[in-house]
Amino acid sequence: MGAQLRVYRQKIRSAQTTKKITRAMELISASRITKAQQRVAASGPYSRAITRAVSAVATFSNVDHILTTEKETINRAAIVIFASDRGLAGAFSSNVLKESEQLATLLRSQGKEVVYYLIGRKAVAYFAFRQRAAEQNWTGGTDQPVFDTAKEIGDALVAKFVQDDSEGGVDEIHIVYNRFVNMVTQTPEVVRLLPLEVVEGVEEPGEHEVLPLYEFEPEVGDVLDGLLPVYIESRIFNAMLQSAASEHAARQRAMKSASDNADKLIKDYTRLSNNARQSEITQQISEIVGGADALSSATK
Amino acid sequence: MASSPLNVTVVAADHEVWSGEATMVVARTTEGEIGILPGHEPMLAILASGEVRVTQQGGGKVTANAEDGFLSVENDTVTIVARNAELVK
Repeated sequence: MGAQLRVYRQKIRSAQTTKKITRAMELISASRITKAQQRVAASGPYSRAITRAVSAVATFSNVDHILTTEKETINRAAIVIFASDRGLAGAFSSNVLKESEQLATLLRSQGKEVVYYLIGRKAVAYFAFRQRAAEQNWTGGTDQPVFDTAKEIGDALVAKFVQDDSEGGVDEIHIVYNRFVNMVTQTPEVVRLLPLEVVEGVEEPGEHEVLPLYEFEPEVGDVLDGLLPVYIESRIFNAMLQSAASEHAARQRAMKSASDNADKLIKDYTRLSNNARQSEITQQISEIVGGADALSSATK
Repeated sequence: MASSPLNVTVVAADHEVWSGEATMVVARTTEGEIGILPGHEPMLAILASGEVRVTQQGGGKVTANAEDGFLSVENDTVTIVARNAELVK
């Protein structure tokens, strides 16, 4: 077998093995998207109920709460980045990282100091490579988020927000995550988490409806104290679930195009190797014919 | 008002635990036990961890364990929201 032919066969085999891996990853992601989507849907009632309650408290009482009041001077802002743990998901992680870089530039131009909170190994690696410090990071389980992690992140953020400026507290918290639009589109989204702006879910009362005047138990302030951290947790949990669903979708798409590419490579190399084999045979025939010719002319 | 039943929903962080119609809901708030009947005034209360008992229309009872949550009542709609909630069999 000629050297050329051997090289092509090697390349074909390598593309075939790669294709097996990418095809398997594609199938795994495809089966997990449905599950991730179901989890997003299942967490819907909880976040809707909380949003409704928070907006009710915020609308029907004029209590100033530390989590809702905007500070006069904002010196430090935090950015929470939701990336993935594993790569091979196309532009999934780089999209959020790019978006957060833009946000950081904007915040810095407003004279704010930026601190980072990272979720997912890819974000941590991005920062480690650039030797940038992050305030805190969480890794593992970005593809199947659990509520306990959301609670941990929420607690850390609220604690930092309540802390005084001079002790290293932050005045503003933004989150950057991939929102799952559909199987083919996931858009990076920037949301200001704190101070809270409860806009969504505030339902305008119908004309005949009377605004419910809530009674609070124990006190309005206490209810807010209890509700707002829960609201923040649920927002974070929602971002994590959206991000997980987007990650699977992005990975499925990336792996599909990788498998398609492998197919194309295999086809191309098969053509080339057929060509090489054919020209090898042709060459051998002409060598034999030439040799026989030379022999017969020598014996004459 | 008393004839129309309560619409009760019990939701946990990651799923809806139970929903249906009921005649009475008994829950424990941080201030003490509270019973809710149809026609109750709108209310928001912080729950103490403990049982929430729902009496269904036929007289059947559903009990759920709720931890870290709150309860809202509005127009005969009762929502019990808890980080961790599960039905007790």
